Amino acid sequence: MQGGTRLGFVLLLTPLLLWLGLLIVIPHIDMFLVSIKERVGVGEYDTSLANYGTFFAETLYLWTFLRTAVMSILATAITLLIAFPVSYYIAKIAKGRLQSALFLLCLVPFWVSELVRTFGWMILLRETGVFSSLLQWAGLADQPVEMLYNDAAIMVGLVYTSMLFMVVPLVTTLESLDNAVIEAGYDLGGNGFSVLREIVIPHAMPGIVSGCIVVFMLSLGNYLTPTMLGGKDSLWFTELIYAQFIVRFNWELGAAFGFMLLILSSVIVWATLRLTGQTLRDTLG
Amino acid sequence: MTPDLECTGLSRRFGDVKAVDDVTFSVAPGSFFSILGPSGCGKTTIMRMIAGFLEPSGGDIRIKGRSMLGVAPNKRPVNMVFQHLALFPMMDVAGNIGYGLRRAGLARADIARKVDEALDRIGLPGIGARKIDELSGGQKQRVAIARCMVLEPDVLLLDEPLGALDLKLREHMKIELKALQSAFDTTFVYITHDQSEALVMSDQIAVMNRGVFEQVGSARDLYYRPETAFVAGFVGDSNRWRGRVERMEGGALEIRTENGMLLRGAAHGRALGPGDVADIYVRPEAIRLAQNEGELARFENRISGRVTSLLFNGAASRILVAGPGGGEEIEVTLPQSGEFARTGKGDTVHVGWSGDQSNCFPAGK
Repeated sequence: MQGGTRLGFVLLLTPLLLWLGLLIVIPHIDMFLVSIKERVGVGEYDTSLANYGTFFAETLYLWTFLRTAVMSILATAITLLIAFPVSYYIAKIAKGRLQSALFLLCLVPFWVSELVRTFGWMILLRETGVFSSLLQWAGLADQPVEMLYNDAAIMVGLVYTSMLFMVVPLVTTLESLDNAVIEAGYDLGGNGFSVLREIVIPHAMPGIVSGCIVVFMLSLGNYLTPTMLGGKDSLWFTELIYAQFIVRFNWELGAAFGFMLLILSSVIVWATLRLTGQTLRDTLG
Repeated sequence: MTPDLECTGLSRRFGDVKAVDDVTFSVAPGSFFSILGPSGCGKTTIMRMIAGFLEPSGGDIRIKGRSMLGVAPNKRPVNMVFQHLALFPMMDVAGNIGYGLRRAGLARADIARKVDEALDRIGLPGIGARKIDELSGGQKQRVAIARCMVLEPDVLLLDEPLGALDLKLREHMKIELKALQSAFDTTFVYITHDQSEALVMSDQIAVMNRGVFEQVGSARDLYYRPETAFVAGFVGDSNRWRGRVERMEGGALEIRTENGMLLRGAAHGRALGPGDVADIYVRPEAIRLAQNEGELARFENRISGRVTSLLFNGAASRILVAGPGGGEEIEVTLPQSGEFARTGKGDTVHVGWSGDQSNCFPAGK
């Protein structure tokens, strides 16, 4: 019996270990090894931190790196601001069928691929697109207006693609808040704002933090949206990595960039958890 | 003296359903008023209207003479202890009790002092820094009451707050609630479906059924002098038979039940006459049990029969007695004085009760 349970445990654990090992640990070790190689001649490599030196020495790289971080944080904040009222409405105000219908509506766009969704935004925003034509038709513009290829377009795309990942954890945590607790907040003299600040938000904090972490990581690592909506010069860090690996065939520098991105996201997630007093366990469980 | 709480013609409709139908009552200052009724009778609706979470469809609610119509819940001098208490799990005990005071804009030092006072009052000094989930059921209960009482409301509403507790603790909290009520000297309005809670604690009880008050009175009134068949059936236990009135003399009735048993009862002023169909309610504890018939000479109703079953439940034990020729089974409380300790199934016993104890009501549909 003892042996049987042990075998079952090992069998159940194997896929997880394979997944972690083959897809996460080994590639990252290899990436790290590649990133500390320096090419000194054709086919000749030295072990050094020169690639990381290049990253810090070139202001464009550093600038893009910081810009990506700030834009991702901003996208996360905007997503939270939009998703919170939506989630509150779905979880607490809508009832029965309306509730499921609204939740489904948030889900529907995710039935098509991200690529198609981003093309949808391009159709709306481009010079010959829907908004531009509408503005001209209404007489608000006398020539085609280009709304693509700027930071606002990137932001719209990022917020749109991450919405669901914020709404789902928020709805889940808000649903677990007993309505009587909200009513008690009002009954004891609270107004809408203080109930929100003292009761609803503290209760929803694990959902807010887990939603923010997911949205932030998705934005930081997003390649498609910044490239398509922001154009070739959108200066997103993932584009630099792509360029090093594919265009310049400089895997060593690309690997170093990849590692910097990993460190950046880890630091920001850690800082967010510390700042909000949440632990990873609360947030995920 | 102005009543603390006064409802006049209070009504509430949900679609076509009248949840509360033209209810009028008033609650004297400092008293313990209960609304007792089965679930779905509309008692929670009344409570939510008083607290301000529901607007009445008609009628008025006055607190200390001031109409509450159109006043938001956070502006009413009423506070509510919720069914599942609804303590704020994100705050510690002191945070919970101080919440209302913070909302009222008191200084930090005053809040701390008042919170400490409240914790002393409920007999839990020094637990301010504890988390809500570290408290026992009874402690949570007391914190929920303290959270409301620090605001010194004119009326405290309690929505079945003992429902979630186990039996022993519930018995204990009944006494404690009553003590807290007199300690704070505040008007309590308590709703429950548990008659023993209402009977033990209340000064006045309203029995509610299908959106209307059937009877308002003291616990004794409801128990001894139920005014309607519903109250007779709902408050306390009763033997219930249906029969036809054969003879009537003054208030005394002779009724033959559907199974042919002849009973004597009292109309207590209700409109009943020969030929009417009546419901007869007799409490099991109002029936005297005897070993020989002689002891029962003074009772108008006397039946000798066999014990068909023994329902042992400690102090609340009952036996079922079937009269001669089958007929109705009579539920009788088993005295615990030792005389009947050996009584068992199949034994012959004699039961009797006075006609006054048979409450007769015109039969409902």
